[in-house]
Amino acid sequence: MAIRVQAGDFDVGAEYAAFTAGRTSVGGVAMFVGLVRDIAGGEAVSAMTLEHYPGMTEKQLEAIEEEARRRWPLDDVLVIHRHGRLEPGDRIVMVATASAHRDAAFESCRFLMDWLKTKAPFWKLEAMPDGERWVEAKDSDDAAAARWAE
Amino acid sequence: MKILYFAWLRSKIGVPTETVDLPAEVATAGDLVEWLKTRSPRHAEALANSKVVKVAVNQEHVPYDHPIAATDEVALFPPVTGG
Repeated sequence: MAIRVQAGDFDVGAEYAAFTAGRTSVGGVAMFVGLVRDIAGGEAVSAMTLEHYPGMTEKQLEAIEEEARRRWPLDDVLVIHRHGRLEPGDRIVMVATASAHRDAAFESCRFLMDWLKTKAPFWKLEAMPDGERWVEAKDSDDAAAARWAE
Repeated sequence: MKILYFAWLRSKIGVPTETVDLPAEVATAGDLVEWLKTRSPRHAEALANSKVVKVAVNQEHVPYDHPIAATDEVALFPPVTGG
């Protein structure tokens, strides 16, 4: 079980190795890694700065993990989310889930990302050729989270 | 009460936090947003569209009818865009 909010980068291979080390009951791991894109709404993005609400971020991510564990039989969950200034190609977020069976791993990984996008207090500021712009929340993200309503 | 602002609400209002003395009639998160609009033209402009002004009380998302108390940590921010 791990929730990490950090400015620094992470090594996906090393995280995967640590996540699975010594876990012979795990039948499958699902991972999602989110990256900074170099284009948004047809405009070039040269950098992205992620602001967050220290304290609430960790609290919300822990609550999201707890909800995933309530819904699926998971051996472990890892969520890493970066903040600060990032550039195109940089890793922003990583979610990994481990379970005896693939369905639980796949579904919970998607659930964690969908819920994180609408509940974890992060805000993206994109640097464009004509200045900086705060990213607006998308209705499609709300719809993705709503899919998981019980 | 300590209030925190994030993202464009912070830049529009011009400060990351402020401490306010709440009048007795401010009982809910929605009351607070309405009352804050009266503090300055910057507040009024930043908080004009309540659809994009979200509230957290003690680091939990809350609806506008959620009660607030002077000892609460209240944060105002736009819809989140992480991930």
